[in-house]
Parts: sequence; structure tokens; C-alpha cells
Amino acid sequence: MALFTCRDLSFAYEGNTVVAGLNFSVQRGDYLCVVGENGSGKSTLIKGLLGLKQPQGGEITRGENLKSHEIGYLPQQTAAQKDFPASAYEVVLSGRLGMRGLRPFYSGADKAAAAEIMERLDISLLAGCCYRDLSGGQQQRVLLARALCAAAVGSGSGHGLRALLLDEPVTGLDPIVTYDLYQQLSRVNEEAGLGIVMISHDVRSAVLYASHILHLDGGQAFFGSAADYAASETGARFLGR
Amino acid sequence: MPNIQNVLTEMLSYPFLVRALTVGLLVSLCAALLGVSLVLKRYSMIGDGLSHVGFGTLAVATALNAAPLAVSIPVVVLAAFLLLRISENSRIKGDAAIALISTSALAVGVLVISLTTGMNTDVCNYMFGSILAMSKGDVRLSVALSVVVLLLFILFYNKIFAVTFDENYARATGTKSGLYNMLIAFLTAITIVLGMRMMGAMLISSLVIFPALTAMRVCKRFKSVTLCAAVVSVLCFFAGVVISYLCATPTGASVVIVNIAAFLLFWLAGALRTVRPA
Ligand SMILES: Nc1ncnc2c1ncn2[C@@H]1O[C@H](COP(=O)(O)OP(=O)(O)O)[C@@H](O)[C@H]1O
Ligand SMILES: [Mg+2]
Repeated sequence: MALFTCRDLSFAYEGNTVVAGLNFSVQRGDYLCVVGENGSGKSTLIKGLLGLKQPQGGEITRGENLKSHEIGYLPQQTAAQKDFPASAYEVVLSGRLGMRGLRPFYSGADKAAAAEIMERLDISLLAGCCYRDLSGGQQQRVLLARALCAAAVGSGSGHGLRALLLDEPVTGLDPIVTYDLYQQLSRVNEEAGLGIVMISHDVRSAVLYASHILHLDGGQAFFGSAADYAASETGARFLGR
Repeated sequence: MPNIQNVLTEMLSYPFLVRALTVGLLVSLCAALLGVSLVLKRYSMIGDGLSHVGFGTLAVATALNAAPLAVSIPVVVLAAFLLLRISENSRIKGDAAIALISTSALAVGVLVISLTTGMNTDVCNYMFGSILAMSKGDVRLSVALSVVVLLLFILFYNKIFAVTFDENYARATGTKSGLYNMLIAFLTAITIVLGMRMMGAMLISSLVIFPALTAMRVCKRFKSVTLCAAVVSVLCFFAGVVISYLCATPTGASVVIVNIAAFLLFWLAGALRTVRPA
């Protein structure tokens, strides 16, 4: 059973279909990159997988008993407003909330996991800083830490992160941080068997790091392994070869 | 210049003032805590709308000779859920709908009053508050409810933060954000009804909005904003009551004036800090 299986999936805003005919699945340990032009419905698809947007037609099934609190998410733009007073640490720690269930307060393990992931993403020094005062790339890393926070060890009662959905995580990051991020993602993908779905405009890296590629152009232009994509006509055109 | 200690001893010798202070301090604490979330979620208007609905129900309750709190609380809680639904639904212009509901409730209240008692001091007290409004039974109910509001807020603090900061993320990762939005609306409704008769229907929403805005001038973390708002709110309320006692000014208005002063002070402090960072 796959983590996500989509059959004849389509999405629409106010009756206007933006993407249709999606048939693909994300297995445990898959690393799927979603590529396509702006406005091709990539973010919409991610919101659909998260249950934030109802499909127009078709269906999404979650397999392997995947629960919402086992999903990490990096939004393209946060709904949080510009003037929100919150420290980076508070934001990262809130990534552990879903797995706490009804228990009201964070445990020592939660706090340790938040500190550890901030260390790994090199944002420990920003912990006390106000989220709104950070640069775009720093904010992006804080949100990434929030998403990854639930994947850290010691998450309690055997529940960790099992799927990670990222909407353009590398946009706005400098090359070093981008490289680091790809390494981190590959690591959690391989070590923890995390299913990753990532939207990216960086098609070259996508082909390099991902196991599968989904190319959207109003429909499903390509779905298959990254190697097949690079060899395909769609892939060759998009890679600019 | 009267000795502050004498003034306080004198004030505390009046049972009605002790009752008013007890309820007022608890309500200002609750209002400030909830206010942080309401202001950040752009729900400030809900507080204002609810107080007008509260005014309408108080008027109707008086006309029916019913217990004012017992009637107002359920009606205002229902109104809170309705207002929440309206502001979540992007198809309807949320602010316009809230204005519609609050003016409608106000109109009903005024109509009922003019058909029954007429415009008398009671009505003026509904609008602008009276320190004499609290009976012993009211105090017991108010204290019990404020304690419930405080406990629920503390228990759900982390969820309230998550839902306030990024509702989509919270929802996507398994937090029932709809439920917590309703919790916030529910707690706000109770707080507003409890504080309304002392502060006045026209002024109670300031208790929700001012402390949060004041704290946000200088604090940069959610926790410190929340704590700072709570402290500012309680201090401002206390100072407001003392001033109203000394100068014989209306309590509600005095508390609001002190809140304005605190806001200006914090705004200045915040502005100075950005000009010359520490
Ligand atoms: N909330 C919305 N309401 C109406 N149309 C929307 C909304 N969000 C996205 N769209 C439209 O849906 C299309 C796909 O958007 P999106 O999924 O964000 O594309 P991508 O992420 O691939 O750039 C775009 O044409 C966009 O204008
Ligand atoms: Mg997008």
C-alpha cells in the first residue's frame, strides 16, 4: 500500500479546472519531485494531498495508516502575517504539536528535538529572534525546521514523521544552504524511509536527487522514475537539453 | 496629594468596590490573553460585534425580568460562533457582515428599551458601564467562569499559538483548527459578557484589543506578548478603577484612558528601540 494514491484526480477553483487526470502514487521511501510551469497546479496538488483542498473529481487515498500528524509540511507562503510576534524557536517547536495529541504541554524530548533540528539546519543562533525580522531564506529554514522537527528521534510512542511535503523549499535560499538542504532531505529519505513530495523549479537537482518525477502542465505530462524523465522528451525539453 | 495606601484601604472597605475589583481584574486578565490571538487573527471586530449583541440581550433580559448573565451568555456564545463562521467564509465580506449583526443587535436593544423602561440610568449603565452592577451572585458566577476561561487558555495555549500563527499548517498536520477557533470564540464571548456591565457595551472590546496591541509594541515572542499583555491589562484596570474612584469619573472610560496611555508609552519605547537598537 502506498502513502498516497491518486486516481483520476482533478482540482478546480470556482469551477475552473486547473489540473486534471492525475494518476500516481507515493510509496514509503519515495522521493517525488513535482515540476511544471507557474500556475500548473503544483501547490494545489500538495494542498489536496494534505486535505486542505477538496478535489474536483477523482480520489486521493492515504495508505499504510498514514495519519495527519505524521505529515510534515513546508508551505510556499505562510498564512502567518508579516507582523506576527513569534520567536523562531516557538515556530519550530510548534512542529511537534500534531504528535502531542491531547497532551497539552511540550515534553523535554520535544524541546530537545526542536533544538537539535535547529542545530542541524544551522539556525540555532536565530532561536530567540523574532520570526518576522528574519530574511526570506532564514524564514524558509525555520519553517523547514518546523516540518522536520517531528522527524527527529525521541518523538515518543513510536510516532515520527512519515511523509514530508515541501512547496518550493529551495526558492530564495543561497547555494550553500540549498546544497545542505538537499543533503538533509536525502538523509531523512534514506535513513528514516520518509516519503518526500517536493515542488521545485530546480529541475536539474530534482533529476539528481529525486527517485520519481511528476511533471504537470494542466494534466500529467510525465510520471515515472527520475532516470526515465531525464531520457524522456518532456524531460529533455524542460531540462533545456 | 492623597496617600495611596490610605486610598486603597478606603476603597477596599466598600464591598461593592471589592466585588468590582475581583471580577474586573479576572476579566481583564482573560480579555488580554484572548486578545493576543484575536488581534493576530484579525478577529478584533468579533469582540466589538459581540459586545453589541451583549447589549441587545441585556436589554431584552431586563425587559423580561430575567437574570442578565444567564440570558446573555448563551446568546452571545451563539453569536460568537455565527460571527466566526461569517469571517471564515471569504465569500461574504466578513467585516460588513459583523457590522450588520452588531448594529442589528443594537437596534433591537434600543427598541426593546424604549418600549419598556425607556432611556434611564440603567440603559446608560449598559452602554458605558457601572461599577455598581455586580451582585454577590454575579460575582460568584463571574469568578467561576473566569477561572474556567483561564484554565482552558493555559491548557490549550500551544494549540492556540499554532492555530493563530499558521492555521493551514496546523490543520494539515492534524490539529483540529476549527475546534480551537471555536474555543477562542467561546472564551471570548464569555469574557465579554462578564466584563460588559462594568466596562459598558461600548467600551468592553477595548479590554480585548488594547493590551495585545500595547504588548506587541515592545515584545517579539508570542509568550512574552501574552504575558506582557496580561500584566499590562491587569495594571491598567487597577489604575483605571483607582482614578475613577479619586476623580469620580466613569470606570469603563477611565480604564480605557489608562490603556491608551500605556499604549502610547509602549509605542514610544518600541519606536526608540528601533531607532537606536540595543
Ligand atoms: N485560492 C485560489 N483561488 C482561485 N484560484 C487559485 C487559487 N489558488 C490558485 N489558483 C489558481 O490555480 C492555478 C494553479 O495554482 P498553483 O497550484 O498555486 O500553481 P503552482 O503552484 O503550480 O504555481 C493558478 O492559475 C492560480 O491562479
Ligand atoms: Mg506554487
